[in-house]
Amino acid sequence: MHVELDEPKCVASGQCVLAAPEVFDQRDEDGIAFVLDEQPAGDTLDAVREAVAICPAAAIRLVQR
Amino acid sequence: MNRIVVVGASAAGLAAAETLRREGYDGTLTLVGDEPHTPYDRPPLSKQVLSAEWAPDRVTLRAPIELDSLGLELRLGVAAGGLDVANRTVRLADGSAVPYDGLIVATGVRPRRLPGEGAHVLRTLDDALTLRERLGPGQRLVVVGAGFLGAEAAAVAWRLGAQVTLLEPAPVPLAHAVGEEVGRVLARAHLERGVDLRTGVTVTEVTEDGVRLADGAEIEADEVLVAIGSLPNTEWLADSGLTVGDGVVCDEYCEAARGVYAAGDVARWYNPLFGVSMRIEHRTNAAEQGMAAARNLLDPGARKSFAPVPYFWSDQYEMKIQAYGYLRGHEEARVVEGELEQGRFVVGYRRGERLSGVLAVGMPPRVMRGWRQAIAVGAGWGEAVG
Repeated sequence: MHVELDEPKCVASGQCVLAAPEVFDQRDEDGIAFVLDEQPAGDTLDAVREAVAICPAAAIRLVQR
Repeated sequence: MNRIVVVGASAAGLAAAETLRREGYDGTLTLVGDEPHTPYDRPPLSKQVLSAEWAPDRVTLRAPIELDSLGLELRLGVAAGGLDVANRTVRLADGSAVPYDGLIVATGVRPRRLPGEGAHVLRTLDDALTLRERLGPGQRLVVVGAGFLGAEAAAVAWRLGAQVTLLEPAPVPLAHAVGEEVGRVLARAHLERGVDLRTGVTVTEVTEDGVRLADGAEIEADEVLVAIGSLPNTEWLADSGLTVGDGVVCDEYCEAARGVYAAGDVARWYNPLFGVSMRIEHRTNAAEQGMAAARNLLDPGARKSFAPVPYFWSDQYEMKIQAYGYLRGHEEARVVEGELEQGRFVVGYRRGERLSGVLAVGMPPRVMRGWRQAIAVGAGWGEAVG
């Protein structure tokens, strides 16, 4: 599974970083999220699913490529 | 459990439905929504949708294929009409009845209105699209209520070239929520741009030509937007036996009655982190609470209290306002980092002897996470703000 982040949708809430800190971080200047690990596995993948569900901008997707 | 009904097909209801499936529930799952649309996101309505930066379909929360994969019985465009807890049945407005073993109530809120016809409100996608059609250069817009929604809409309308008058009954906008100092910063942002913010002004009704004020004066407008808060959608629960009092009253597990949970804007639950009963109308809470309610419904033996640090944001002009915690009812607000005048600051809020919340503009994420963590661990005011 690949993590996709729709950057223009991101509202810089940082909820993804709280849910899956191994996979997401935020830019210092504007708080917009970025992906650290595009292909997480195992427990980390579960954490990303949590982040997908919790993102208040619906900006994160897990997709099969 | 073989039949779960989720009433409310917005952020909280969708999060609940997805969580039920993710946690392995494979029985019948009915999602009821009074709007005809599949679940969509509301925060952009007063931002990118109103400004027409985004096409309406950009707010859709899940692609059709993602919704399909949930195996839902989708009942869209039909409101819930009643609940019979004893017989575990939801009655819908079209006369049909849906039995359940487990129920999640996520019917949200609706805008409060003023007497008189013809004013806009801003809650649904259709509301936003209707208002956006009418906004443009030179249009005179009166916004009633300078809360977060009214302020965001005013900011967008100003950017579109409308002549905006923003009317607020309180002396300082949002002071009850964020404190007077921050309220004045927000007020100044309007005034500096030429938005005609008038405080201490109470609107009594919408008229053909605009709005009438409590002192009898009238303000003319081409369009009027009423943004004076919301009411929880609980009328359908009358006689259900559920306790309703400014929302569906729940315990710390979001349970309202055996097998009945509530989530999102409509839920009033006891948040043990702050030791108060609260009802939160924020997007982030909708998702978090929908997930929490779903998990507790599925596995009552391992249920967890729902004790989040609430979070919200608001975009007004070029300012992004972010807040963590519970700001309402604070006893003190103090700038704890940066400076208000520079538009780069953190304000801390004290309730009792604790740091109960922070609000920030222009601060880096790691700073915000630090403050959030302090609230999450229940840090004392003295130790947190030094």
